[in-house]
Order: sequence, then C-alpha cells, then structure tokens
Amino acid sequence: MQQSNAYVITFSVILTVVLGLLLSGTSEVLKPIQKKAEELDTKKQILGAVVQSTELRNMKNEDIEAFYESRIASKVVNINGEEVEQDKDGTPVTAETVDVGRNYKRAPEDRMYPVFIFHEEGREDDVIAYILPVYGNGLWDNIWGYIALQTDLSTIEGVTFAHAAETPGLGARITSSDVQGRFTGKTIYDEGGTLQSVEMQKGEGRDFSDDPHKVDGLSGATITAVGVNKMIRNYMSHYEGYLKRKKDEKGLALK
Amino acid sequence: MSTETAEKKEEVKKEAEALLSKRRKKIVTDPLVDDNPITIQVLGICSALAVTTQMQPTLVMALSVIFVMVMANLTISLLRNKIPTRVRIIVQLAVIASLVTLVNEVLKAFAFDMYKELSVFVGLIITNCIVMGRLEAFALGNKPYDSVLDGFGSALGYSWIILAVAFFRELWGSGSLFGVPIFEAVSGLFGEDFQLATNGIMVTPVGAFLILGLIIWVQRAKTGYVEH
Repeated sequence: MQQSNAYVITFSVILTVVLGLLLSGTSEVLKPIQKKAEELDTKKQILGAVVQSTELRNMKNEDIEAFYESRIASKVVNINGEEVEQDKDGTPVTAETVDVGRNYKRAPEDRMYPVFIFHEEGREDDVIAYILPVYGNGLWDNIWGYIALQTDLSTIEGVTFAHAAETPGLGARITSSDVQGRFTGKTIYDEGGTLQSVEMQKGEGRDFSDDPHKVDGLSGATITAVGVNKMIRNYMSHYEGYLKRKKDEKGLALK
Repeated sequence: MSTETAEKKEEVKKEAEALLSKRRKKIVTDPLVDDNPITIQVLGICSALAVTTQMQPTLVMALSVIFVMVMANLTISLLRNKIPTRVRIIVQLAVIASLVTLVNEVLKAFAFDMYKELSVFVGLIITNCIVMGRLEAFALGNKPYDSVLDGFGSALGYSWIILAVAFFRELWGSGSLFGVPIFEAVSGLFGEDFQLATNGIMVTPVGAFLILGLIIWVQRAKTGYVEH
C-alpha cells in the first residue's frame, strides 16, 4: 500500500530535507559561540606553555581572557623573521587569526609564523618568554603545541602539546603535564649557537637531566614521540630567522 | 488486515492506563539490572571501555546517550506507521546521526573541553548498538510514550554501569573523583609518610575490562542469571 517506490522516495526526500534543515539551522545558530569557545581554547593552550596547568584550570573563562589581554603581545613573522602585517591578498593579519594548521600545508617559505610574547603586566618590553606555535604529524593525525622560550632564546620555559587522534594512554600522553614537564629547562641551541633542538629518546624512565637536548621518551608511543621531535626541530628552524634577529637586537643593546 | 484491527483494539485498551502503571515502570526498570544493555546484552562495550577513565566525561557521555535514545525512540515511534519497512534501517540511522550531530555541536559550543576530550566517542553513539537495537526492537512497534520510557530505561541502564566503572577507574587510577583529589586528602589524614598509591592499569582500557568483569560477576552471582 504505502510501500510503493514513489512513497519510499518521497519519504526519504522529506526526511532528508527536514533533518538537513534542522542540522544546518543549529550549526548556523551555534557557530559564533563555537568560534568563541575555540578561541578561548587556543588562548588556554598558549598560556599553558608558561602557566602551570593546575593554576590555569582554576581560572574562570573571563579571567583567562583578561590575563591573556594584559600579559600576551603578539605579532606575525615570515621565514626570515620579518614582521608581517598583511597576507598576500592585503588583508591585515593578527597572530590570533593565523591558522597554523592551514599554514602547515604550504611550503615553509610561504607560511606565516605567529609569535606570542609573554611579558610583565602592562610592560610589553619586559619580556618573560617567547611562545612559538609548532605543528606536525603524530601517529594517526596532526599534533600541535606551543613552545615557550626564555629570553636567552634557547632555554625552554615550558611546552604544551595537543593532538587530534593519538592513542589514549599511549601517544595521547603528550597532553599530560607530566610528559610536558620533561621539556622544561632543556635548550634548543648548543653553546656554539647551532640549532640542536630537543629530542625525545626511545624508551622511558631514563634520566637525561645532564643532557640539555635529550628528553625522556614515551614507552609504547615511539612514533608519536618521533613526530614531536620532528615538529619541534622543523618549527625551531623555521623560526630561526626571527630568533637570530632577536638575538642581534639583544647583542646591540648590551654593547 | 486482521492483525491491524487487533493492534488497534490493544491501543484503545492502553489508553486507560495510568501514567506510570506497573507495566510502564517495568519498561524503565527492566534494563537497569535484569536486562541491562551492557552487563546482560553486552552491547555498547566499546564506549564503556573508552570514556570511563574519569567521572566527568563519563557523565557527559551518559547524558548524551540518554538524550539521543529518548529522542530517537520518540521520533521513530511517532513515525512508526509512516516509515517504509524497506528503508527503515536507513531512516533510523539518519535520525540517530542527526541527534548525535546535534549533541556534538552543542557540546562544541558550550563545553569545549568536554568536546575535545570525548571527541570521536560522541560521534560513535551513532554506532552504539543499544540505540539502534531499541529502535528496531521497541520503538517501531510501540506508542510514543512507552517508547520514551523504554529509551530512558535502556539509556539509564547503560549510564549507571559506565558511571560505576568510571568511579572505580578514576578513584584507583588517578586517586580522584570528578577531578577532586581523594587519595591526597586521605593520605594527608595519616601524616607525611602515608601515601596511597594509584594503579596505572586502571587508566588503560584493561582496567575497564577488569571492573566491568567484576560488576558482571557480582550481578550474575546475585541474580542467578545464566546465559543459555
């Protein structure tokens, strides 16, 4: 009776249209709120590189916004370390709007590199740390994070990592403060000033406190750890132009 | 035709039923223990293993499943005489998938941390066998109110089990509940040298298997349920 082909097709079409409208409607209504939530999350990740995670967790959303506002200055640089104010089409760029993941798909020379400067409250020249975003591949999907460098532009003040789909309990441990804490105090340059980066080693549980470039690894998640190593090495070399410039500025100031 | 008239008669009879009659209470309470979707029917195991490391995400997951199951059962039950039997599975899937997407979008807007933590598992409610099983077995043949009760009961049966698993996993694995450090506080009561150790295995899915196995064991020892 009701089961003619025409009925089945009409029913399916109506159902599809109704559900489609419902979903696109909600998506449209919720989009601005989602965007805000996403921005706040990015700010939390940036601050995570310089603020203790327990401290950050106790802060309310408005507090985080205010803290970010008063303590973080930002700029965008290119591969040579020159400050960029517009993208290729001439639209102005800010560090907060640069999508590091989308830039990752371009050649390193064409990317835009945001720099977040953590400074004393209200005094932008009183820098505490430079926070640099990094992006790369884990085992299953992308991983990314922020590396905070102290004012010597070599010592790691702190790191945060995040991931899209690493294995819980194995690769996903890069988000734990225990693993991230292992990077603190390591240096990316050796004494001669050449880039050494920092590398997680195979295996876990060894003490690398006397080696400034080696970090205890992730047992059972070697591929994720290698991904983290590559990601840090790549981006530190991409930022080298900027870091060199900063160093030169400092050298002049000292003389 | 004869079956249709018989059905109609039955429906007329049900009209007089109390809002929470004995039969309806049974619809809700049955899946809690005697016909629990996880421990008896052994459905929805994958999410029970994956999301239960901490109480908070588990609670969000439980609420999401309750919402999806109640709404899906209601929708399918309302449409049950209109849905062409030949495409009913697709229709069920479309309804479930839409509801799950809705939950996911709302989480993304209002609980971004939870959205990140649960990530794929909210999406996987679509493939949670409990949801589709109830649509196919119950909502397609029953009136809306009964179907809502059935969905609520089954989702509750699922929820209390995953919450119980999460309770023990977070307590023993991380020494806390809802992120509040319990072990630290307890250790503090006994002085400096006393330290409660956490058990790393509870953080891994293996811990969920152990806890779930123990719950099933205790339950079956009590109810005397035997698989045939």
